[in-house]
Amino acid sequence: MYSYQAPRRDMQFVIHEVLGCAQALAKMGRSEVDHDTINAIMEEGAKFAEGVLSPLNAEGDQTPAYWDNGVVRVPDSFKTAHQQFCSGGWSGIGADPQYGGQGLPIQARVATDEMFVSAAMAWRMCTGLTDGAMQTLISHGSAEQIQGTVPHLVSGVWTGTMCLTEPHSGTDLGLMRTRAAVDTQSPGQYRISGTKIYISWGEHELSENIVHLVLAKLPDSPAGTRGISLFLVPKKIDGQANGVRCLSVEHKMGIHGSPTCVMQFDEAKATLIGQVNGGLACMFTMMNHARLGVGLQGLGLSERAWQAASQYARDRLQGRSMTQAALPGTSADPIIVHPDVRRMLLTLRSLTEGSRLLLYYVYQLQDRELSGDSAPESTRAGEWVAFLVPIVKAFLTDSAMETTSLAIQVHGGAGFIRATGVEQYLRDAKITAIYEGTNGIQALDLVGRKLAANGGRILQSLLLELGQVLQAPCPPSLQPLATRLAELLQEWQALSVHLLQAAATNPDELGAAGADYLAFCGYTLLAWSWLRAGLVAEAALQSGQEPEFYAGKVAVARFYAQRLLPRTLAHAAAVRAGAASMMDPAGLAG
Amino acid sequence: MRKILVGIKRVVDYNVRIRVKPDNSGVVLDGVKMSVNPFDEIALEEALRIRERGEAEEIVAVSIGPDDAQQQLRTALAMGADRAILVKHDGMLEPLTVAKTLMAIVSREQPELVILGKQAIDDDNSQATQMLSALWDRPQVTCASKVEIKGNTLSVVREVDAGLETLEVDLPAVISADLRLNEPRYVKLPDIMKAKKKPLDVVEFASLNVATPGQLTATHYEPPKARAKGVMVKDVAELISALKNKGLV
Repeated sequence: MYSYQAPRRDMQFVIHEVLGCAQALAKMGRSEVDHDTINAIMEEGAKFAEGVLSPLNAEGDQTPAYWDNGVVRVPDSFKTAHQQFCSGGWSGIGADPQYGGQGLPIQARVATDEMFVSAAMAWRMCTGLTDGAMQTLISHGSAEQIQGTVPHLVSGVWTGTMCLTEPHSGTDLGLMRTRAAVDTQSPGQYRISGTKIYISWGEHELSENIVHLVLAKLPDSPAGTRGISLFLVPKKIDGQANGVRCLSVEHKMGIHGSPTCVMQFDEAKATLIGQVNGGLACMFTMMNHARLGVGLQGLGLSERAWQAASQYARDRLQGRSMTQAALPGTSADPIIVHPDVRRMLLTLRSLTEGSRLLLYYVYQLQDRELSGDSAPESTRAGEWVAFLVPIVKAFLTDSAMETTSLAIQVHGGAGFIRATGVEQYLRDAKITAIYEGTNGIQALDLVGRKLAANGGRILQSLLLELGQVLQAPCPPSLQPLATRLAELLQEWQALSVHLLQAAATNPDELGAAGADYLAFCGYTLLAWSWLRAGLVAEAALQSGQEPEFYAGKVAVARFYAQRLLPRTLAHAAAVRAGAASMMDPAGLAG
Repeated sequence: MRKILVGIKRVVDYNVRIRVKPDNSGVVLDGVKMSVNPFDEIALEEALRIRERGEAEEIVAVSIGPDDAQQQLRTALAMGADRAILVKHDGMLEPLTVAKTLMAIVSREQPELVILGKQAIDDDNSQATQMLSALWDRPQVTCASKVEIKGNTLSVVREVDAGLETLEVDLPAVISADLRLNEPRYVKLPDIMKAKKKPLDVVEFASLNVATPGQLTATHYEPPKARAKGVMVKDVAELISALKNKGLV
């Protein structure tokens, strides 16, 4: 069983050396969040993640949450950790100080967010979803709803959920049947009735109260998604039970520590959030947040996979190096000497650290977007975030499926049995490709909505921005990566034009190309990220600092260019091949 | 009690695998994670608990080291120290210099109690407490595992080879913290922000006029020898004779 070690050095590399977060924050008027403060937050978060949260990961997996006559049980350590987390101020890290939070910008908290997910993903989902509920309320709630709820969510005495899915209504929310009715006895109040499923942390005893954000239909509302409204439904009102029950807890593949609940609402008292029939619009505001959060889970799991595989490959002695014995005088070398093991390890490392470079960059853009000023820079940052969200969500979680699988492969049989704990990462990773919009939905969002938005101008400006890195003088070690990136940026443009033209005559072309187009974008964005990182590392090598660390970065950038970027050729070819072969009825007839 | 002084040393983090520089001139510190010496964290935690019980008013954290040691003092302030003093000194410090420097700060601050870690995990000297006691001419208790304040005296349980020993000493005094004295708290996030506003005075080492004895010179660093492979023995008799052959019994 591997305990979690926060990758502080790599996080500092990305945050300070590649992204210059402290300088970016100073420009936004947040100079108090300086270099040392960011590091201090990171360090204390790391201690908490390693010391308190890391042991919960396996415990939650081996002692799954269960339903006990209406009460949902999770390990006691989960509750203790929740209380420690909240009294330590971590639950309010991003929230406005007027609600009792710390108001820290995303760049100052992204590293600790990653650590908490990496250390104990199932446990972290409770406070993560509470964050989402909090943000939705702040954006769309009434003053009364905000004042009565948000401070309790910040302090962690209450937690929150999002209730969307129903048995017959998953991706297609227009099919939902949960009903809302005006409460005839209390003006301005509503009553909710219906069944919601897959509600993470829908019921538990970590907090005194739970507020459910529930999508439901009012009478006489239009059919489909335009007839959905969002409601605030507390588990308890003034200490009295509301009409909310947990009917059961699912048995599932992964995230065993997180209770996935079937929730029954029987005439539950509710208040409306936002406008009548405006529920979906409210949900969309939190989608960027939630989808990036799932991308972060992908990264967090990849990090666990990389740590485990890298450690095992250095310790496990099997076979001899074909060229020179690493441990002469012993019976075998560590398996890290073997080319195929190195292929797996470097794939793990380049995807994991590449994911971190990309995701932290998107979070930096989001800080810019949310800075509240009306500068064109901020508007543009918002457009780029919107474009990049589906790519980050799907690519980082698809990558997590690959990295967690590779980590088991590096372990061989030792990874397949339970004792090493590595197979848990793969089981936990699968859900990230499914929830908050399946990765197929992400691909559709990208090609169907984001690509064509503003007449395709968002991609244009993003490609210009990405091309900036090619203006810098490039050392020979990174020349192949730079050359390939230049080609890929042109291909991205050409591929997009091709796709939109094809879709103009056949709408199925979008759905047929989506997954491959998204993967192409993901690999290209990681190429851009690795070139940025490589240039920073080369410059540092010139100054003689930490040669091992920086030479490692350059080497991984080179590996990525030569061994992973060829995947873009396959994805581009698949996009160009079009829909015909997959829409031929014969292929799936009968 | 009015004031407690706590020593905070910046050391290589306990998780780091120490490596010796290729030219044997020292250990690699380039890019290595540095932390508060774990025994010093325990010392500070004890001071915080004494203050939280209402038995002390102020806690001053003091460090002797490079400018970067301010980071460790900020950690101490975030844990709850009221203010901090950095005596800026670059390069190697020998125990007597440390003790004399602490003495200079003690003269200035006049604390009733000084709590130090029982040793620093980098050089493992474990001498500063004892030397400070002599220079200060006040009682010492090392390796404390329980501390109680009874008016103007201190009752301290210490861990010794034979078990536990309880000593009572008059204040002012200096004690050193052992591993089982307490478990240091996790820093609360809001306290990191508050720590930025707490006073941290930087004092130049030279301004203290501490005579540096220069009794120690580091000539050569070498990693410990790799552990030899274990040997299976048949019975106790063979074990004893193997130990005898190695001159261990």
